[in-house]
Amino acid sequence: MTKEVKTVIYRNLWKDNPIIRQILGICSSLAVTNLMINSLVMSAGVTFALALSGFTISLLRNYIPPRIRMMVFTLIIAAYVIFVDIILKAQLPEISKALGPYVGLIITNCILMGRMEAFAAKNKPFISMLDGLFAGLGYTFILMLIAFVREFLGFGTIFGVPVGFEFTKWTIMVTPPAAFFLLAIVIWISTNIMNKRPKAKASA
Amino acid sequence: MSSPAINPILIFVAAIFTSNMILTNFLGMCSYISVSSEYKTASGLGKAVTMVSVVTAVISWMMYHWVIVPLKLEYLQYIIFIIVIAAIVQIIEMALDRFSPDLHMKLGIFLPLITVNCAILGIILFMVIRQYSFMQTLLFSFGSGLGWLLAIQALAAIREKMAKTKLPPGLEGPGITFIITGIMALAFIGFSGMVAVQ
Repeated sequence: MTKEVKTVIYRNLWKDNPIIRQILGICSSLAVTNLMINSLVMSAGVTFALALSGFTISLLRNYIPPRIRMMVFTLIIAAYVIFVDIILKAQLPEISKALGPYVGLIITNCILMGRMEAFAAKNKPFISMLDGLFAGLGYTFILMLIAFVREFLGFGTIFGVPVGFEFTKWTIMVTPPAAFFLLAIVIWISTNIMNKRPKAKASA
Repeated sequence: MSSPAINPILIFVAAIFTSNMILTNFLGMCSYISVSSEYKTASGLGKAVTMVSVVTAVISWMMYHWVIVPLKLEYLQYIIFIIVIAAIVQIIEMALDRFSPDLHMKLGIFLPLITVNCAILGIILFMVIRQYSFMQTLLFSFGSGLGWLLAIQALAAIREKMAKTKLPPGLEGPGITFIITGIMALAFIGFSGMVAVQ
């Protein structure tokens, strides 16, 4: 059991990280990363939906007819996303407005369908929930990394707090292309570290 | 919130160039990255997305204004939109199979992929948030679809040209695709002075 849990954690956070290794869930991950607080809220929503829909689908896995399973998965995910959306609208109306359609777009986030299809549909509820939780944390980790660079260089702040020294802001970091470049760099570095560990570590 | 008075033609142009679905809104990235290594396949998918986005946006507009709002079902809107998309994709597939087997051969394999394409749901959600009128919705969805087609065709053409190019290790595949997309997005920023809508 513990070994199983360890594999799930290691796989989701690093070896098969949803964003950098499987290139899933890119849509939302790039759009919200110009401010760290937005990314944090977004990742929390995704992690919540992933963990709970993993749990629910795994509970129901023996009762869902295989032919319509995609539709059933989507509806279960949509139910949790509506939950997230309502909470955000009530508690954090400012951020909810800034995220705009991207909260609703968690439904079509490929990470969710991918994890449900690959893991929750075949495994026990508890471990499926953990799998969803850590896939969400792997997503959070990459999102926060990109958001940190974009907010730091683009606005000179971290979580909205000024960093304390002045420098010329990189306006490009606020614009969409920077998100593509940063993601490419993250993928590049991580692939290299994975391919030849010791050498890449020494040069990094 | 945009004012309902914007000229639909402006929205159409803006949806193609200045607020391109992929390059500024990052929608539909999954299939954009994975189905872009061949030009022919990519344009097939792009055309299918354009067609589905227009049909689904128009029907969702009707659903939203004639069913969801009068019945106060706003909290269920995501589920309703998803069902509308899935149903329409299914119907389009059957209709194509029946009336135009040629087109079905070309676009058929892409239709199931489209159900989970973020761009389709994204267009509908933008339509709701910005409170577009019927004409605005029609031209916005058509423009967004064309913009998506344009971006994936450009990317696929570039990727085909550089298929045999040597790249730094670790950058092959998704890495270089994102860099190409980034450069394309930079180029599209050049359009931003043209029309200012959003």
